[in-house]
Amino acid sequence: MSVPYTTIIGLEVHVQLSTATKLFCGCGTRFGGAPNTQTCPVCIGMPGVLPVMNGRAFELALRTALALNCEIAPYTKWDRKQYFYPDLPKGYQISQYDLPFSFDGWLAISDPKERFPAKKVGIIRAHLEEDAGKSMHDEATGRADSRIDLNRCGTPLLEIVSQPDLRSALEAKAYLTELKLLLEYLEVSDCNMQEGSLRVDANVNLHIDAPGERLAKTPIVEIKNMNSFRAVERAIAYEADRQYDLWRERQIELGQPGGHKTTRGWDDTAGVTRPQREKEESADYRYFPDPDLTPVTVTREQIAAVRDQLPEPPPALRARFEAQFGLTPYDCEVLVSSGKPMVAYFLELAGLIGDGKTAVNWVTQDLARTLNERQVPLAEFPIRPPALAELIQRVQAGEFNTSKAREVFEAMLAQDLSVADAIAKLGITRVDESELVALCEKLLADNPRIVADVKAGKLQAAGGFVGQAKKLNPNVNPARVRELCLELIAKMGS
Amino acid sequence: MDLTQSTASSLLELLGTGQLTSVELTRHYLDRIATHDARIGAFLRVDADSSLAQARAIDAKRQAGQPVGLLGGLPVAVKDVIAQRGELLTCGSRMLENFRSPYDAGIIERLTAADAVLLGRTNMDEFAMGGSNENSAYFPCRNPWNTACIPGGSSGGAAAAIAADFAPLSIGTDTGGSIRQPAGLCGVTGLKPTYGRVSRYGLVAFASSLDQIGPLAHTARDAALLLQVIAGHDPRDSTSVNAAVPPYSQTVTQPLAGLRLGIVPEHFAAGLDGEVAAAVKSAINVYETLGASVREVELPHAQYAVATYYIIAPCEASSNLARYDGVHYGRRAEMGPLTAELAAERKELLAAGRAADAAKVDNNLVRMYRQSRAEGFGTEVKRRIMIGAYALSAGYYDAYYVKALKVRRLIRQDYDRAFEHVDLIVGPVSPTTAFPIGQKANDPLAMYLDDLYTVSANLAGIGGIAIPCGMSAAGLPIGLQLTAPPFQEDRLLRAAHMFQTATDWHTRRPKM
Ligand SMILES: [Zn+2]
Repeated sequence: MSVPYTTIIGLEVHVQLSTATKLFCGCGTRFGGAPNTQTCPVCIGMPGVLPVMNGRAFELALRTALALNCEIAPYTKWDRKQYFYPDLPKGYQISQYDLPFSFDGWLAISDPKERFPAKKVGIIRAHLEEDAGKSMHDEATGRADSRIDLNRCGTPLLEIVSQPDLRSALEAKAYLTELKLLLEYLEVSDCNMQEGSLRVDANVNLHIDAPGERLAKTPIVEIKNMNSFRAVERAIAYEADRQYDLWRERQIELGQPGGHKTTRGWDDTAGVTRPQREKEESADYRYFPDPDLTPVTVTREQIAAVRDQLPEPPPALRARFEAQFGLTPYDCEVLVSSGKPMVAYFLELAGLIGDGKTAVNWVTQDLARTLNERQVPLAEFPIRPPALAELIQRVQAGEFNTSKAREVFEAMLAQDLSVADAIAKLGITRVDESELVALCEKLLADNPRIVADVKAGKLQAAGGFVGQAKKLNPNVNPARVRELCLELIAKMGS
Repeated sequence: MDLTQSTASSLLELLGTGQLTSVELTRHYLDRIATHDARIGAFLRVDADSSLAQARAIDAKRQAGQPVGLLGGLPVAVKDVIAQRGELLTCGSRMLENFRSPYDAGIIERLTAADAVLLGRTNMDEFAMGGSNENSAYFPCRNPWNTACIPGGSSGGAAAAIAADFAPLSIGTDTGGSIRQPAGLCGVTGLKPTYGRVSRYGLVAFASSLDQIGPLAHTARDAALLLQVIAGHDPRDSTSVNAAVPPYSQTVTQPLAGLRLGIVPEHFAAGLDGEVAAAVKSAINVYETLGASVREVELPHAQYAVATYYIIAPCEASSNLARYDGVHYGRRAEMGPLTAELAAERKELLAAGRAADAAKVDNNLVRMYRQSRAEGFGTEVKRRIMIGAYALSAGYYDAYYVKALKVRRLIRQDYDRAFEHVDLIVGPVSPTTAFPIGQKANDPLAMYLDDLYTVSANLAGIGGIAIPCGMSAAGLPIGLQLTAPPFQEDRLLRAAHMFQTATDWHTRRPKM
């Protein structure tokens, strides 16, 4: 379906960095503590306290910025963004304004199904800032009490601002997916959206081919409050429709009277965006450099050191797996998208069995499915790569086939058994070649009709032998039975 | 034993030899405060029980033969802008009248470790904004030399406490001259260290880039002792400098040979009181007789210092004071009347057919912020918050704040150049002696101009000391200011001590 406009989208992603302590004090950053238990005089802005920068947070931020191909400023400062709000105890948020520590980067996105062309999405800037607290409005009691939890105050956030380079909800989702994957590979954030570790605001407007070969631009709307990628996708799609309808009705364009930027919140249940507290025409945050914090200087050597330790990013991994193991682009995509622990598991397994293709099948199918069913993280999965490798190697040695191996896999899992014990438990024994020849000869003798059919060229008739063979001895390798029967028939002559 | 007229150093000897206990000494000061402070108003609060308990513990330690810290039981008065665990921390403001600090400032830890007795909390201009101590929300402090006069500000209580012999040592803070000016007007010695020399952790910020904690005492020797205790790196303050602390109390008595003094001609131009000028000139002569050479130096941007200061300090103050919003810290306006008031405003506007205006009436939260801040802050604090908020607002930031930062850099460069030729710059502390209470209360600009000679050191981040150098015909002290290159507190203290060995102005005491 083609639409008569282009959707212009820029995303602002707030990432909580995985530091043990907050950005300017020693308080912990764990999620879910009882309200106001992870606070100290510094992070709640007690009179007289001073912030001190957490070097680890800066390092993680630097790591991310370099992986996003950003330029790094040799000199960066902290600014105060000033406004009054109950969840902001100091009356300002420490952030970076005109000299962010990184800027001008990009992130490549593509679609395996080729619904949009591969592109580089520009990153305007990535800067560090502290989080604010949380207000909880309790209107149920009828007293409209508000409660404030300051546990999040001072939690380190990296704000990554993209250029308005995205052109559809699908592209936006691809950008977020790729960004989240990168952050996970970098191990800079747990990216848990439910816990607020990754928050997204979207700036959306439309470019409409207006009459007279003119391009009309609708006013920009910033959509807040989206807590899943699916919500982002839906909100953008909704907002595009809404803006188009509104434009057809009123023709208000960006920059015209009434065409200023507005803020809307996404209501996921109702599936609509709603106006939020309008910011004043020009929200004046009265930014100025924080005099309590000394500027940060970053040397080329520091940048080089961080760059040297960057892990292989997802696009490089995909390319490498295709070249090194001959995997299909689809398999590479599935494997890399399933995350760094899975990739590490795959690499170990592939190394042990010397076969990437077999390894990727096991990892992306059996392993992934089982993890999903059992809802356990890979780190806690009981079958480690050496055990799985042993199982696969036995298949490769012809001891039993893949479907038997799956039974062994299930038995290992269900009863926490080693490969050998699971095989013994299932009563799988290796059928001796002479035993197998005798069995096949018996089958040939018992089934002259099938033999005749095979001789007549209907090779698929040999399948009949397989079923009977399994009844006589469940341990036989079906492929080998078929192969042997065909060989014996060929030797019989016509 | 008559303990008045004592210095910290002489008291320390008595304590060390066992001729005096810390409890006796503490009780002596507590008694003096009880007798005389009602007329002076140097202290906002004194906690006799807690001070005596500290003194007792230190005496016990000494009697048990355990090592005792550098201050060995000497009482120290602390300006009520420095956080002390469990104590009220009002900053001279109604805003914080019930605020008790749950933590200790860095210097409180150092004072405690040095076995100081924390005597009480001294009066001050609200949030350290003012030059007369008339802006204290509680009561003004008075000059012990003449109680009709101001003691100077904002550390007026800290200076008056020394002048009135309520404590041998006190802690002040200096943002634009707030240690040196009251020291000068009260006839005591006050030192503003180099920015970064003393930890600001636990000092309630007025203007973060200018504030610095420093000692007040009768003599340079005593100030050296106190500075040695409070100076040094604190990892909790990013602006605290990691440099070794010289043993000031040991070096202070060494004279400076071949001392080169600089004078700035503009310091002696119109506006300077004749008596003050004469006293400062004769003080310079004293230095010459001690072997110092004197030459003129130029500080070409000094004329912009007051203007620059009154942009930068309010900008930082407007931000630092935002936290006193009634939600987290500070006085909260009563919600009941406020909600009713809002409803009435809306109703009135609607009745007048002004629906659009009615929709713009504050919500409860915004009105609560406004009302709480209106009730909690005094006039001078509000004035500076407004100046700062204006100067930082969109469209004015470059014209005011950024421009002021540029001038600030030039002022620092002026000093760097001047100090290529001289060791110290010498001149007046303030243009006049202490003026009568109320005289400049309604003329903030006149009050700001009193900072003429002191603010440059804060803008440049360098150290300065004020010492008594004369008395006016009316019997009010006159101060001499010395400024030094960064981290040359040792030089300042030694030069001040040289002067105090040759003169006796620092030994004069007001009649109580
Ligand atoms: Zn904290």
